[in-house]
Amino acid sequence: MASLVIAEHNGLALDEGTAKTVAAAAQISQPVHILVAGQACGAVAEQAAKLGGVEKVLVADDARYAHFLAEPVAELVLSLAAGYDALLAAATANGKGVMPRVAAKLDVPQISEILSVESPDIFRRPIYAGNAIQTVEAKGFKKVITVRVAAFTAVAKDGNAAIEPVAAAADPGISQFVSENLSRSERPELQGAKIIVSGGRGLQSKDNFVLIERIADKLGAAVGASRAAVDAGFVPNDRQVGQTGKIVAPELYIAVGISGAIQHLAGMKDSKVIVAINKDESAPIFGVADYGLVADLFEALPELEKALDQK
Amino acid sequence: MKVLVPVKRVIDFNVAVRVKADRTGVDLANVKMSINPFCEIAVEEAVRLKEKGIATEVVAVSVGPQGASETLRTALAMGADRAILVKHDGELEPLTVAKILRGVCAEEKPELVILGKQAIDDDCNQTGQMLAALLGWPQGTFAAKIDIEGGRIAVTREVDGGLQSVSLSLPAIVTTDLRLNEPRYASLPNIMKARKKPIAEKSVADYGVDPTPRLKVLEVREPEKRKAGGKVASAAELVSKLRERGVI
Repeated sequence: MASLVIAEHNGLALDEGTAKTVAAAAQISQPVHILVAGQACGAVAEQAAKLGGVEKVLVADDARYAHFLAEPVAELVLSLAAGYDALLAAATANGKGVMPRVAAKLDVPQISEILSVESPDIFRRPIYAGNAIQTVEAKGFKKVITVRVAAFTAVAKDGNAAIEPVAAAADPGISQFVSENLSRSERPELQGAKIIVSGGRGLQSKDNFVLIERIADKLGAAVGASRAAVDAGFVPNDRQVGQTGKIVAPELYIAVGISGAIQHLAGMKDSKVIVAINKDESAPIFGVADYGLVADLFEALPELEKALDQK
Repeated sequence: MKVLVPVKRVIDFNVAVRVKADRTGVDLANVKMSINPFCEIAVEEAVRLKEKGIATEVVAVSVGPQGASETLRTALAMGADRAILVKHDGELEPLTVAKILRGVCAEEKPELVILGKQAIDDDCNQTGQMLAALLGWPQGTFAAKIDIEGGRIAVTREVDGGLQSVSLSLPAIVTTDLRLNEPRYASLPNIMKARKKPIAEKSVADYGVDPTPRLKVLEVREPEKRKAGGKVASAAELVSKLRERGVI
């Protein structure tokens, strides 16, 4: 019949994860439509219309969707669900909030964080923090899916989909947005970055994290951290890479002063190339690293910075 | 207000999981089982609400095999007042659990249900949101902080770019993130006391829910292992290797 992808965006820009979710949707059921729910989100709709293989972009432009609260957004998705045999969203805080509500109201199971589409009814997904991979079959009911976007390749931006407004659905009126405190950074977002430089407990202090940031800026990279570094207060929560933080798969992941707890590996082991810098030769991070440098990071990072300056 | 805390019994988070040779699942035989860490945070938050005089009663509930009564004892030792075990052997999908919990809510009439954001076995991250939808309640997922005031609950949520604060009408669902609190260790006297607290036993049929899974698990296998590469001697060598590889 068709699949509907719920767009991830910040009101101005479409998140790269949406193009990856579209890639998953196209393997399940075509044509693919995108739903952009937000307020004054016309620019997002235009970006969504450019995604390859998308037939139609539905725009629900209304104040009740300004902050993407799960309660009204789930009602909106439900109001459109009848026309689709698959509903998909990226496995972000937004997607994880909305989709189970949709699935429950449709009385269908949800398939969380798919890694691949083996056939339109069969999906692979991680369990036990990625220490096991489950293959599940979903047959005979509407599919409600969240997508681990790091596992999919984005569709090209060569499309020209029609943009259509859709009516807002009833707002249950049980939740209100109060405020948000988002970390502003000139650096790329963790989940879309081609290169990530992450620091761990080995950095020893918040101030020392500047060493990581300087390398990141030389490489145009995002800055990540291990849970230990976040718990120690070196960096804010949203920098955390790992099972309970962000799951990433950049072209290059540089882990500095990170021992490589299972928790952290679960969040980054699918990176294309992994570099580990650690003074402990037996650190588990070296077990997954393509290039390992056994060194004191306080000597290695300034040297790395110098080496990057030399062309 | 009465607070309901659903808890799940899972493989202890320190245990390395092994996939069964026949690829039907993960080996659970003779493996240490514990309360799911996010559920433990949920129990702690509920007990703190009681200590602040906001919650009047904390009821823990678990859906699972007889062994889940140990998980409920953990919750009771932390400070829950009583517990309900909905007995079931075998796999249950989050939607099934949510339907059973809807039945428990109909009987218990809690004003707040606090759940872990996900269980560390199936990593689904669904049950709380599904329960909220089935009840028509609002949800404060991935909570880093909660405040109850004037008949509403303020929830600070961990979202992708930072923190978001929402205000929800009660009754409501909260799902816990890692940093909501640090759960206490139960003291020996409290562990002893917990043995005397009541655990009511129920069955899935008591709630009129069909427990048959609808997703079919075809296979469970180990993830592809990544091979370690070589060591480099210096930062300069590292940079030249990365340039050769074309990643910088």
